[in-house]
Amino acid sequence: MSEIADKVKKIVVEHLGVDEAKVTPEASFIDDLGADSLDTVELVMAFEEAFGVEIPEDAAEKITTVKDAIDYIEKQKAE
Amino acid sequence: MRRVVVTGMGIVCPLGVGVEHVWKRLINGESGITAIQSFDTTELAAKIAGQVPVGSAAEGGLDLPEWIPVKEIKKMDRFIHHGMVAAAQAMADSGYVPETEDEKCRAGVMIGSGIGGLQTIYETAVMVHEGRAKRVSPFFIPAALINLISGQVSIRYGLKGPNHSAVTACATGVHAIGDASRLIAYGDADVMVAGGAEAAVNPLGIAGFCASRALSTGFNDRPAEGSRPWDKDRDGFVMGEGSGVVVLEEYEHAKARGAKIYAEIGGYGMSGDAHHITAPAEHHDGAFRAMKAAFKNGGLSPEAVDYINAHGTSTPLGDDLELEAVENMFGDHAKKVAMSSTKSAVGHLLGAAGAVETIFSILAIRDNVAPPTLNLHAPSRESVVNRVPLTAQERKIDVALSNSFGFGGTNASIIFKRVA
Repeated sequence: MSEIADKVKKIVVEHLGVDEAKVTPEASFIDDLGADSLDTVELVMAFEEAFGVEIPEDAAEKITTVKDAIDYIEKQKAE
Repeated sequence: MRRVVVTGMGIVCPLGVGVEHVWKRLINGESGITAIQSFDTTELAAKIAGQVPVGSAAEGGLDLPEWIPVKEIKKMDRFIHHGMVAAAQAMADSGYVPETEDEKCRAGVMIGSGIGGLQTIYETAVMVHEGRAKRVSPFFIPAALINLISGQVSIRYGLKGPNHSAVTACATGVHAIGDASRLIAYGDADVMVAGGAEAAVNPLGIAGFCASRALSTGFNDRPAEGSRPWDKDRDGFVMGEGSGVVVLEEYEHAKARGAKIYAEIGGYGMSGDAHHITAPAEHHDGAFRAMKAAFKNGGLSPEAVDYINAHGTSTPLGDDLELEAVENMFGDHAKKVAMSSTKSAVGHLLGAAGAVETIFSILAIRDNVAPPTLNLHAPSRESVVNRVPLTAQERKIDVALSNSFGFGGTNASIIFKRVA
């Protein structure tokens, strides 16, 4: 697992208070990890802070799974 | 009008967490006032407060993860934490768990706060000031709003009845419990979880009340002596924090499920001063009228009262004016009644004060004991009223009255009586 993926996973565990085992790439924040819409707003803010990236609202709306978050951040970091 | 009784109680206050633990310490004459350690008080004239002790529930302290899921803790201001912990105790104590949809819709919440999420507002304002508006938490507003304590309690316990909050400064607790009892009396609900929650022992709260010249500043080196209602050396109130929550229930509803009944609401009255934003009116006319309204509402006469839990904040002006109003209200009976201020031990819990003092009044009835007024060595004003100085007094108590008055000139009195 990449360093970014590892860090994303840690943030998700910390903010949603879920078991690490549940945080698979396919896991949906809302459907699988018990987040509500405010939780996802906070998650995106935590990603921005941790990785020093800007995630505009229209992009944030498309980040619904752990993999979505990892892919987006990896792409930003590569640019 | 339907009868309303108290079937559950919960406390978080400077004497600890848990009704029996706090009550035992109160009757023993212990003080919960200490030097403020949680933030720097260098620039503040008042350096003492009543702070909720940290520790496990087993030792009578507060350890939030024992009460609230960790994921939820950060979504709430400290005043909501206090309210949630008091509500959890009260619900467990009452043993009431609404099961059917109808039962859920007949149970509501009315927990208020004087100030609400002050620390959260303070910290968030600093972020915005530093140019970090984008970093403001999506939970900022729901963490800080006063009525979110009622919202959070309703979500936790599935209470779908009236959901409301009183906000009347230091009278909040009594207004919340009194108004909630009316909702039951009028038939809007069968069960109401009611009380007050506060957490203003923070730099902004202390600085604000310091600026309004309301806080004690002369006992920073002797914290336990700072809150001294009616004593000639008193120089202001000592800020406290915490929450008191009761479960109110319609009498037949409580009886039908075999609930333990602590006491019955024996009257509730309110008034406004229409005088000054912070100072009480002459002769504390507003207090007199609130007590009078409570007696009229409950159909009781002042002669029925055995114990008064005074507002008694330890401010130079307010204490003697309340005493005068009580003397005027009770006439000849004034010499037979016992009146104490438990703020001498826990400080002034602002919006939670009336709720915590309601619980102390009910326990005074249960155990036939009047809790003491600590630090009352030499009253500034002589009176025939027994103010229970320094040590608790055992005496027959069947009816107790509790007063609470708030900034803005708002007054509330509530009466509790033993259920025979």
